[in-house]
Amino acid sequence: MTTDQQIEAEANAPGPVHALEVRGLVKHYPGVKALDGVDLVVHPHEVLGIAGENGAGKSTLLKALVGLVRPDAGEIRVRGEKVRLRSVVDAANHGIGMVFQEQSLVPNLTAAENIVLGSEGQGVRRGIYRWETMRKLAQEQLDKIGSTIDPLARTDTLSFADRQMVEIAKVLRIEERSQHPPVIILDEPTSVLEPKEIETLFTQIRRLREFASVVFVSHRLDEVLEVCDRISVLRGGRSAGEVLAADATPSELHRMMIGSTGSDNHYHDSAAKRPNLPREPMLTVRGLSGKTFRDVDLEVHAGEIVGIVGVHGSGREDLCRALFGAEPTTAGEVTLDGKKLDLSGTRAACAAGVGYVPAERKSEGMVGPMSVADNMTLTKQKSRCTGPLVAPRKQATLVDSWIERLSIRTPHRGTAIQRLSGGNQQKVVLARWLVAGDVRLLLLDHPSRGLDIGARSEVYRLMRELAGSGVATVLLADSLEEAIGMSDRIVVMSDGRMTTEVACPSGGKPTPLDLVKEMV
Amino acid sequence: MSTASPAEDVEVAAARRPQPRRGVSFRDAGPPIALIVIFAVFSALSPDFRTLGNVQNILDTAAVLAVVTCGITFVLMMGSIDLSAPGIMGASAIAVALLVANNRNDNALGLVGVLIAVLLAAALGCLSGLALVLLKVPSFMTTLGISAIGLGLATLMFAGVQPNITDTMLESWAVDRLLGFSYLTWIAAACVLLGWLIQRYSRLGRYAFAIGGAEEVLSLSGVKVAPYKIAVFTLAGAFYGLAGVMVTSQLSAGLVQAGKGFDFAAITAAVVGGTLLTGGRGGILHSAVGVLLITVLTNGLVQVGVSPYWQGGVQGLIVVAAVAAAVIPQRRRNQVTK
Repeated sequence: MTTDQQIEAEANAPGPVHALEVRGLVKHYPGVKALDGVDLVVHPHEVLGIAGENGAGKSTLLKALVGLVRPDAGEIRVRGEKVRLRSVVDAANHGIGMVFQEQSLVPNLTAAENIVLGSEGQGVRRGIYRWETMRKLAQEQLDKIGSTIDPLARTDTLSFADRQMVEIAKVLRIEERSQHPPVIILDEPTSVLEPKEIETLFTQIRRLREFASVVFVSHRLDEVLEVCDRISVLRGGRSAGEVLAADATPSELHRMMIGSTGSDNHYHDSAAKRPNLPREPMLTVRGLSGKTFRDVDLEVHAGEIVGIVGVHGSGREDLCRALFGAEPTTAGEVTLDGKKLDLSGTRAACAAGVGYVPAERKSEGMVGPMSVADNMTLTKQKSRCTGPLVAPRKQATLVDSWIERLSIRTPHRGTAIQRLSGGNQQKVVLARWLVAGDVRLLLLDHPSRGLDIGARSEVYRLMRELAGSGVATVLLADSLEEAIGMSDRIVVMSDGRMTTEVACPSGGKPTPLDLVKEMV
Repeated sequence: MSTASPAEDVEVAAARRPQPRRGVSFRDAGPPIALIVIFAVFSALSPDFRTLGNVQNILDTAAVLAVVTCGITFVLMMGSIDLSAPGIMGASAIAVALLVANNRNDNALGLVGVLIAVLLAAALGCLSGLALVLLKVPSFMTTLGISAIGLGLATLMFAGVQPNITDTMLESWAVDRLLGFSYLTWIAAACVLLGWLIQRYSRLGRYAFAIGGAEEVLSLSGVKVAPYKIAVFTLAGAFYGLAGVMVTSQLSAGLVQAGKGFDFAAITAAVVGGTLLTGGRGGILHSAVGVLLITVLTNGLVQVGVSPYWQGGVQGLIVVAAVAAAVIPQRRRNQVTK
């Protein structure tokens, strides 16, 4: 710490000294309040859990804590001293480090190099590597967590769990940098680990507590309760309270996360007429297996919305993509409307009347600089063509009719889709499957992701309409609430298998807690 | 938590877990094996090929390409590309011809002249790096531009009259032999060794490797990558400069076209050797094997009597096949390839 900072620290007159303190943190993105006044305190030698649904602001909060996001208002104090974190390095110098959800290691370097990266110290003299010194420096960090990884092993040859240990060792190096007990943030560290590896990780976290503060974020409430001392709950970008892990139950925690379940009529439940479902299902999946899912059976009828829920790593995303031919399958059979569905590629799926709305709208769902009209007619080229040629007038009429029908707010059909709001973009993406009028199965992968409430509601209304017109829908919802609100039936996936099925009729909806029990 | 039995879980985990490894992987063994196989095949086919004289011949032919490839490998490891070799080599070839004893002026700087030519080349390489880092122009375009600038400089210095060298030291490089190999071959071997040391033991080399692996991670770890990028292009420029000097030694004259074709030949050699154009894999030794593969192939096709009309096509086929084999492990559905 420099003398300047010390003076500043004294001028800031610390109250009770917390390892880390956040007050009234606010961050706005266009159309979304990601953080809306979050308060948080981390004590020394404590494991603090942060729980919250998708979109509750967890990831924005974590990014603000390591200098990746600059908050619009509010303050962050480290050991009582007010700080402005401009970068990850800045945060590291203050003793805050994060183990990122997507691992941040250089795959083609050795573990040792990754651990000391950016602060090699004695490991490099005059630009020349001293491998032995570097190995020792890395070994010191690995010893702190009692890891037996070979520091000179290439990182991409290590298992995921070992790479995570390397990452923790790397973060621990900030202890020497800041000369203080570090604050270590673990963002969804368990999502890709095997149960046994999770146990090891928890042992590590308890060990870390001896000399550091830990902030632990996970979707799995049982894990949060098991490993944390105290849990702070976020909801809609605000602090929704905190509990001591010893006193709390999963149900209590979940209630805090979703709040009082208010009126859910933005799911347009009334529009969910339960027509007599046809006896024969539109989609039949038998014993489908792929990279991350095994032996899946599924039936979806025309007019039915089936939600698939599961934690990260349950395999539901890959299953959804596999039904569209975008992920390879190893076994199983799928029939659509009585005919065998060819899963060898996306083209065959499109031709058979399967539509897919990907989760990553910007990179997979649309071609940003292209016009609304061209995006809408991207897949069903025939709809805008006469013979082999594009018929501009035919396209214009078609696109304009859908713009009106879905009330897409765009200045013109020729406007680049990237200039539209997220909700309107999503409507165009949906319209892409509707223009030819031949879609029979819609696979919706997080269709409401990143949309504000108004836009979500419109997407929901559209989903209801489509279901009403006889389209079979598979929904991977953004939250449990959404899955329950929109689905007629919910299928739970866990570790690549379908574990259970919950009826979800209008008026007899299960609670999120009923599902959570099945998911973990 | 899991519906599978615990035993099954352990089994799955064990199957999925890669074994930690320190050194080279099996994939790295491909090009050397290919080199041995091709060498064996040509040896079997042609008695002329398997003579000691021909092996010396092959290595002497490979010398200039090996030095160019040393330079370009560092750039490719970062995931950038470098097309500036022809221009930089031309400039240094003419510059050295005018600096050592020659028929155009009274200079006779000897080794100092060689050094100046290499520094000029390094400066041109540095310009590529600066344009990339400061102006954010993709390396493909900046290095193409630098190549044109190098050719322009060379043409200005050439000024219509070819400089023939009379410097005995420089001339002897291509002629005199040590243990049966020309000095140029020994220089190339020294360059490969130097390149390997840089790659293995210097921060510059390791960071070039890391930049190709995951540049964002370096930035997130507080490493400023820009100076390393500039340094890599400078280093590459110096290697091209030395290669230009070597060509002048071979021809006993400075030619603007000294580096013609070496850009793609070097990229080909590096890629065939196992250095990926996307960066982060391969290295100097890989590239050296690639250079030998290409040279052996060219030499062997001549020795077994393949018509020169066919050689270009056959070489091209082998190169595409080699690269396709190298990317097989990374293929997946709906992959975007550009």
